[in-house]
Amino acid sequence: MTKITFVESNGSEHTVDARNDRSLMQAAVQNGVPGIDADCGGQCMCATCHVILDAAWYAKLGAPGDDEEEMLAPTPDRTPTSRLSCQIQVTDQLDGIVVNLPEFQM
Amino acid sequence: MLDKVQTLRMLDQNAATLPLDQFDVTQSELYEHDAQWPFFERLRAEDPIHFLDHPEYGRLWSVTRFDHIAHVEKNHEIFSSEPTITIADPPPDIPFQSFIQRDPPEHDPQRAAVQPVVAPMNLAKLEGLIRQRVGDILDDLPVGETFNWVDEVSINLTTQMLATLFDFPFEERHKLTYWSDATTGAPDVSGGDFITIEERNKALAECGEYFIRLWHERANGPPGNDLISMLAHSEKTRNMIDKPMEYLGNILLLIIGGNDTTRNSLTGGVLALNQFPEEYEKLRNDVSLIPSMVSEIIRWQTPILGMTRRTKEDTELFGKQIKKGDKVVMWYISGNRDGDVIKGDPNKFIIDRESVRHHLSFGFGVHRCMGNRLAEMQIRVTWEEIMKRFRQIEVVGPEVRAPSNIIRGYRELPVRVHPL
Repeated sequence: MTKITFVESNGSEHTVDARNDRSLMQAAVQNGVPGIDADCGGQCMCATCHVILDAAWYAKLGAPGDDEEEMLAPTPDRTPTSRLSCQIQVTDQLDGIVVNLPEFQM
Repeated sequence: MLDKVQTLRMLDQNAATLPLDQFDVTQSELYEHDAQWPFFERLRAEDPIHFLDHPEYGRLWSVTRFDHIAHVEKNHEIFSSEPTITIADPPPDIPFQSFIQRDPPEHDPQRAAVQPVVAPMNLAKLEGLIRQRVGDILDDLPVGETFNWVDEVSINLTTQMLATLFDFPFEERHKLTYWSDATTGAPDVSGGDFITIEERNKALAECGEYFIRLWHERANGPPGNDLISMLAHSEKTRNMIDKPMEYLGNILLLIIGGNDTTRNSLTGGVLALNQFPEEYEKLRNDVSLIPSMVSEIIRWQTPILGMTRRTKEDTELFGKQIKKGDKVVMWYISGNRDGDVIKGDPNKFIIDRESVRHHLSFGFGVHRCMGNRLAEMQIRVTWEEIMKRFRQIEVVGPEVRAPSNIIRGYRELPVRVHPL
């Protein structure tokens, strides 16, 4: 189990224990964390599981892939460290990660 | 066989016994009579990617399962939105171009230029105004009389919304709805009967003149928060007026996108709650279900029947050999009733359905509906205000639907309102 902390835009924190065979998006949805819609179900076909990482975690996880970039690009509140959480696999490496949620999903 | 298909009207056919090679789900009368369900049910089960060499539209494939539709959406390198996204080819007398009809990379900057106006942070500022206008419309409804919900509420509200987004002269706002209906309701575009081709061309010429005039007014004025002003003053799009057909195409896209769709979901919700009274009771007991109900209304209604792609190279699609140039129709109306993906009985209206947001009505991928959050907000606010005022919106007669193979829409829904 990997410890992940989601922080809503209003500052509310949700720390969950996530299984390693899931995505970050699934870890949020399955633990009832608000603010992740995941309309397409995790297939990188919408941008409603947008999350914002801090620079260090972003560097560790790498830039979005081409498919992911395609969906992130038109998101108005996209930041330089934005990712789609359905495209991030939970691993031991992620233990302790802090994931910020945008105010809105688009 | 072609001649036979040409004369077979699907309305008179029995979906269970008609040979599959004679299925033609492009006929607009099917949707006018809400008679499409058994045909799509059989296609999903027996021939989910169905071929027809159509006498009018040419070689076309109907994609009917949720996951297959999602696959086509995602693969825009093969399944192109150019030159258009309707089953019918673009009429030669409509030269407008918009980004819904462009593939990446041309698609991307045009969309990016207009997306901010319907972004959630912008919408949050509009919510109060929308709520006030919804309230005014609902307060004016004639209690004790039978009236047409489509005209009095659905069209009235979406037209006011559009006028607000464009900062369009308010007293002339009905023109917006007329131009939208004219664009989508002609026989050569959708198999519709709203308007003749000649009248349509006249309407669009008038629309073009009007919006070019508005552009110049806004460009010469200070920057504003309306869509036209944003286009005229934004770095990326300030020269769009040099390509007037592109400017007008994008304006029309936004008018249509904000008109037909939300309008028909606003009507569909009333119909759904009347057909499923136990869900209406559930709603009365817990209005916090409204956001979830909004997604269910949009799935259940599926206001856009489907979108069409044109194949850029020979390819295989789940075992079918698709040829370059073939049309591929993604029937959202069918995918949204696919029991392999939709959790719970897909033919029922369930306001607290599990994974309720996982539906196809907004499409997926790079062309996913830009106005989805605006649509959801309008429908949510409308139902919040309805529930403050009325115990029931009662449907008192049969609905009248419009013939179209693009839009699943209503012309009439006779109702009576019962105050709390």
